[in-house]
Amino acid sequence: MAKNTLSSRFRKLDIDEFDENKFVDDHDEPVDNQGPDGAEIDNLIRQGDMMTAFHIALRNPPVNTKNPAIKERALAIVLRVLTSFKSSDIEPAVKSLDRSGVDLLMKYIYRGFEKPSDNSSAILLQWHEKAFAVGGLGSIVRVLTARKTV
Amino acid sequence: MAYHSFLLEPISCHSWNKDRTQIALCPNNHDVHIYKKDGTKWTKIHELKEHNGQVTGIDWAPESNRIVTCGTDRNAYVWSLKGEVWKPTLVILRINRAARCVSWSPKENKFAVGSGSRLISICYFEQENDWWVCKHIKKPIRSTVLSLDWHPNNVLLAAGSCDFKCRVFSAYIKEVEEKPGPTVWGSKMPFGEGAGGGWVHGVCFSHSGNRLAWTSHDSTVQSDLSVSLSSETLPLLCVSFITENSLVAAGHDCYPVLFVYDGTKGSVTFGGKLDVPKQTSQRGISARERFQNLDRRATSSETTEQGLESLHKNSISQISVLEGGKSKCSTFCTTGMDGGMVTWDVKSLESDLKDLKIV
Repeated sequence: MAKNTLSSRFRKLDIDEFDENKFVDDHDEPVDNQGPDGAEIDNLIRQGDMMTAFHIALRNPPVNTKNPAIKERALAIVLRVLTSFKSSDIEPAVKSLDRSGVDLLMKYIYRGFEKPSDNSSAILLQWHEKAFAVGGLGSIVRVLTARKTV
Repeated sequence: MAYHSFLLEPISCHSWNKDRTQIALCPNNHDVHIYKKDGTKWTKIHELKEHNGQVTGIDWAPESNRIVTCGTDRNAYVWSLKGEVWKPTLVILRINRAARCVSWSPKENKFAVGSGSRLISICYFEQENDWWVCKHIKKPIRSTVLSLDWHPNNVLLAAGSCDFKCRVFSAYIKEVEEKPGPTVWGSKMPFGEGAGGGWVHGVCFSHSGNRLAWTSHDSTVQSDLSVSLSSETLPLLCVSFITENSLVAAGHDCYPVLFVYDGTKGSVTFGGKLDVPKQTSQRGISARERFQNLDRRATSSETTEQGLESLHKNSISQISVLEGGKSKCSTFCTTGMDGGMVTWDVKSLESDLKDLKIV
């Protein structure tokens, strides 16, 4: 068979970049949320006030920023709160959230699944079960289709 | 609630004639089959073969008895019944991608086709040339138009599209109609634009045209460009108003769902799951089954039901109102990917399912 001796550099060209009618996402950038405050959360965990730490961790999610560092930082803080929870406290914490809170929690849970550490998967699965009981399949679909990710 | 299985393949789209004795549907191929109701049986009476690609939309105009079909071959045909045969007329849509949905306007003097070319073609008949002509609505649509619905004033058109937005446009053609009066939708184009998080699969105006509802791929139902309900179900593919305040939507969960719109509170709430209640006898679960369940599903729950409990066994892709119109619907029909069609009777649903109130 003939050997392909021609350059295949054309295959690395992204043709969609040159399309005049390309879909450009007009995302207006509202208030840039910086994510939760690490020091405050640390204090609360040390005091044992898990519920407040939980609520603060879920406030100001960095959904609008494109900076991955901010997102990583927020994710680490939230995961620390989630893994510090006792199993029996998970259900009341989930119940205290409203609909959009459950959706946000589900987003963080799936982000946590991406990089499993020693014990995180087990507790995240428990979080997932409780959040699923409240949010249903719809909350998981919203994690998949969300355009503003955490 | 009658379930009729037409085929083993998905029903791509369907449309009823005026007196609901005939249904035109596409059996997931290039044709349109017309079935006629014979008591409880359905017999195929016509096969409309003209398209070169899958037929993605069918609409049967009740008054003028014309059928318009559109397909992935980038064409639309208007079929008229001449004697015993349906004769097609080609309509040049000037699109370079597949057509996705088609709808006759309320007065049936024009129809709209949504396509993957990121535009809507509004087609009307030009008497002098004996030919269907089309005009395009392009701006500001950025992706495939998935669903269309006409406002009762014959001019406004709602379009749901894959660029996550639902918009209301004016499809005013000065050659065939006079200028319309004012509506609640304002006076500048586009009249409304609602944003969501997912592709807008289904869109529907209420009977008066004052309300608009749409379903989106992120499992939400939205209404009037502001009110949104995040649903716990899988994404809903089609929606229709059955009264001025109630919507029925159906989708990948294989059963229709009722939503209630509250005008004073400006909210959409979940009204109930509409499906035939399960009539299984309560038999005890044996120890063996309990262990089997534990093995298979990690729970020793009571249900040994393996299949779906709903009438439809696969996603529902289209819903159409049969009797009563969108203001006082008494029967509606759903078709889906399981090749089956179910006619739902609103009165018996209300009596069978307690706590269901259709306002």
